Amino acid sequence: MDKKDPSTPAVELIDEETTFTLAELCRCCEVEAELIEALVEHGILEPAGRQGRYWCFSASSLRRTRITLHLQRDLGVNLAGAALALDLLERIDELDARLRVLSR
Amino acid sequence: MEFKDYYAIMGVARDATQDEIKRTYRKLARKYHPDVSKESDAEARFKEVGEAYEVLKDPEKRAAYDQLGKQWQPGQEFHPPPDWDAGFEFRGGGYTAGDAGVHSDFFEELFGRGFAGPGGTQGRRTFRMRGEDHHAKVLIDLEDSFSGATRSISLRVPELTGDGHVTTRERTLSVRIPKGIRPGQLIRLAGQGAAGLGGGEPGDLYLEVEFHDHPLYRVDGADIYLDLPVAPWEAALGANVKVPTPAGNIDLKIPANSRQGRKLRLKGRGLTGKQPGDLYVVLQVSLPPADSDAARTLYKQMQDQLGFNPRAAMGVA
Repeated sequence: MDKKDPSTPAVELIDEETTFTLAELCRCCEVEAELIEALVEHGILEPAGRQGRYWCFSASSLRRTRITLHLQRDLGVNLAGAALALDLLERIDELDARLRVLSR
Repeated sequence: MEFKDYYAIMGVARDATQDEIKRTYRKLARKYHPDVSKESDAEARFKEVGEAYEVLKDPEKRAAYDQLGKQWQPGQEFHPPPDWDAGFEFRGGGYTAGDAGVHSDFFEELFGRGFAGPGGTQGRRTFRMRGEDHHAKVLIDLEDSFSGATRSISLRVPELTGDGHVTTRERTLSVRIPKGIRPGQLIRLAGQGAAGLGGGEPGDLYLEVEFHDHPLYRVDGADIYLDLPVAPWEAALGANVKVPTPAGNIDLKIPANSRQGRKLRLKGRGLTGKQPGDLYVVLQVSLPPADSDAARTLYKQMQDQLGFNPRAAMGVA
């Protein structure tokens, strides 16, 4: 394989309007559909649309799924614990953002 | 290659029990977990602690390491003596290809050889397989989001060599940063992940974008905040002043009777994109120093003539 890739590959911005299907989310996070279903059951992911093929996941689902996997793997957190941690992390991020705006 | 003191890294005594080591590891893993921790070097510390634990949790590896460790100081240039691991049986145990490239050269030299090569993992995999998606972070400047930019980023990619070892390869990629990107957003580079196996298509590369701290601006979602120092008379009487924005200087009218901390919203002057953010200019009234007779006279005049009590709401004078 070449050491350098001088060409600039095409990039795609994943913004609030980007959505993922179940298959895309599974592929991207390297997980089975059953795990995603479990994440939905625990409220970690909240897809729009009917179950299964018609599910439509928001861009933030990618991050939430990956963090859940990391917490499971590295810290032995179960899904209920991961759901709680994610909510708290989001809360901290909001507070941090507000703090950054207020302080200085 | 530097010698690593795994006991010092975990902060445990050399005679710590396996239980103590496990407890300490769990505590440190929570503290430095990159998804949870706010420490700037969390990821590096997390890996370091993970590597130390990988060795110390395993009595065989720990014994081998202890035997070796007596003669070395941390940071010291290190070469393992030949046959240093004679009599220990840990080759290949508990260490998988998935972990390769994560640990330091020191670890790889001691414990990384001889694990199951491609033949060992093949059973689990289908012959033809799409490459894995890779995920990485990229730090950009606020200005890059405004003007769009091309950033050269280096990734360390674990790779199987012909004889089944895993090495890391530095890969440089030139990435176009889309205009209007916001902190926390992802960009996807199709086909730039790991190569596929057996002719499968390559995976994608996902980059999570974060911004460097900026000396002037703070970013909150799509909005930008700027603290603007103003003189008391500019706030009191109103003024037209020049204000820096990431897109260049603009003229701003400060309304008369503005208070300290007043936020002036400039609609659509935040980060660009489909839904552009706003720029908030936060007025910071800056007091002129009373360092001359003229200045002191003016302050005295205000004191005598304004009858101003800043603590009126507190009921004190």
